[in-house]
Amino acid sequence: MSAELDSLYQEIILDHYKNPHHKGLREPFEAEVHHVNPTCGDEITLRVHLADGVVQDVSYDSLGCSISQASTSVMADLVIGKPVDEAMSIHEEFLALMQGKGTVEPDEEVLEDGIAFAGVAKFPARVKCALLSWMAWKDATARSLEESRG
Amino acid sequence: MKGLLPDLEVIRKDFPILERTLADGRPLVYLDSANTSQKPQCVIDAMVDHLEHHNANVARAMHQLGAEASEAFEAGRDKVAAFIGAPSRDEVIFTKNASEALNLVANTLLWAGPRRVGEGDVVVTTEMEHHSNIVPWQMLAERSGAELKWFTFTDEGHLDLSQVDELITERTKVVTLTWVSNMLGTINPIAEITRRAHEVGALVVVDASQAAPQLPIDLGAMPEAERPDLIAFTGHKVVGPTGIGVLWGSREVLEQLPPFLGGGEMIETVRMEGSTYAGIPHKFEAGTPPIVEAVGLGAAVDYLGAVGMEAIHAHEQAITRYALEGMQSVKGLRVLGPLDATQRGGAVSFEIEGLHPHDVSQVLDVRGVAVRAGHHCARPAHARFGVQSSTRMSSYLYTTPAEIDAFVDALNYTRSYFKLD
Repeated sequence: MSAELDSLYQEIILDHYKNPHHKGLREPFEAEVHHVNPTCGDEITLRVHLADGVVQDVSYDSLGCSISQASTSVMADLVIGKPVDEAMSIHEEFLALMQGKGTVEPDEEVLEDGIAFAGVAKFPARVKCALLSWMAWKDATARSLEESRG
Repeated sequence: MKGLLPDLEVIRKDFPILERTLADGRPLVYLDSANTSQKPQCVIDAMVDHLEHHNANVARAMHQLGAEASEAFEAGRDKVAAFIGAPSRDEVIFTKNASEALNLVANTLLWAGPRRVGEGDVVVTTEMEHHSNIVPWQMLAERSGAELKWFTFTDEGHLDLSQVDELITERTKVVTLTWVSNMLGTINPIAEITRRAHEVGALVVVDASQAAPQLPIDLGAMPEAERPDLIAFTGHKVVGPTGIGVLWGSREVLEQLPPFLGGGEMIETVRMEGSTYAGIPHKFEAGTPPIVEAVGLGAAVDYLGAVGMEAIHAHEQAITRYALEGMQSVKGLRVLGPLDATQRGGAVSFEIEGLHPHDVSQVLDVRGVAVRAGHHCARPAHARFGVQSSTRMSSYLYTTPAEIDAFVDALNYTRSYFKLD
């Protein structure tokens, strides 16, 4: 029984949940978004700071379950310091993993700690938890880009 | 254990789903009945029999099957009327669910008639409502210019009745509240609040979605001054099917409200220059109604009536008392709502320090224990306790003490799984 649970709650996920990286809202930022999961009420406020085509910072304040909190921490680790295009393609890769119903083999080179979420894809009710912060980041990044164009 | 249904094992056999197993051959421990109840074989059989032998549209098909279908549908109404002790069977209106019943009232109060709610009027609700008894009234307030006011509740989960004089005044047109809270489990003093509301001429609308499954309701036996004007509940929480809800209203009030949806069945005559409407209940039942669902609901309330609502209520209290004791033995667990089983229904929401409700329900699910996690469509009530969400266990007439033991064991296992000690 706990094998099934262990495939969901990988050690990496529990570590990020207990000690989230990059948490807290910081300045400067170009866009701030607030996303909620209407079924459970989990929520996140997330800020993005872009400069010279690079994700300079992602800061956030969030409330939610182990999966959503760990996913936010891993996402911030992965995208901070990356060119926006590369960060977007990591986002695509993570999205494909989550929507793959457990059939997608994760690429550790690209997703690093994010591969720990492969097991989440087999729990349809939890996929939304894992994606909450990634969707918020994509939204905030798109707004930041519009801001800089505008 | 005192209060348990004496034939509990026999009753469990009436519910075929309780025999199924889940992944790894684990037995199902279904503790999500406040969300939806399971269905006894007699309800399933009544619906299948209707579809196999009596299916036709109602009230318009002039053939033999049409007559049989109409009779079965209207018999469903008679059974529901008997279940709640309605003074008249014509006061029972079938809707899609409890939400539609509440929306019917909140919308028609905006449109026309002596009960019309307008600018400067006050509508009173409570902080412990389900979203379906909040949002329709927010929409009414927004559209009418009326003011929406709220009863708060105490730390123990009881309505703060010290606000009665301030909230229920000459300006108050509607007082709406839940009979039993779906999140806190609290049983509210419906008679007392109704009496106060009626003193100022306000209409009383009660959400009975959690009360109808658990409390004996006898509207006809309530003194008129203490009887709500309208009550709403849903079929699927009283061991009936989804797709059907009930609005009961006193004849006087239902006749004062304008029709809700327009269409077939709700008319008297239709001319191009205008139409006249049918009397109650059909005035509020436009279009083909949920026919087989009414048959199923009739069988469901007959079943509950045969077991006996007094006995079901006693069973719920015994199981709830046992569950509250077991839960309080779990380290870091806080119950959100009254701790006295006699003052509450069978839905118990709780939080465990250091654990998110999603994670609790996930681990419980792997052990075959089905509970609900989230805000249970009651965000304002959660905000009142300063929490974002909670886990909720809810029992029913088929719940056994052994299932409560399995639930409490699973909670302790969850704490150890997440290494909280």
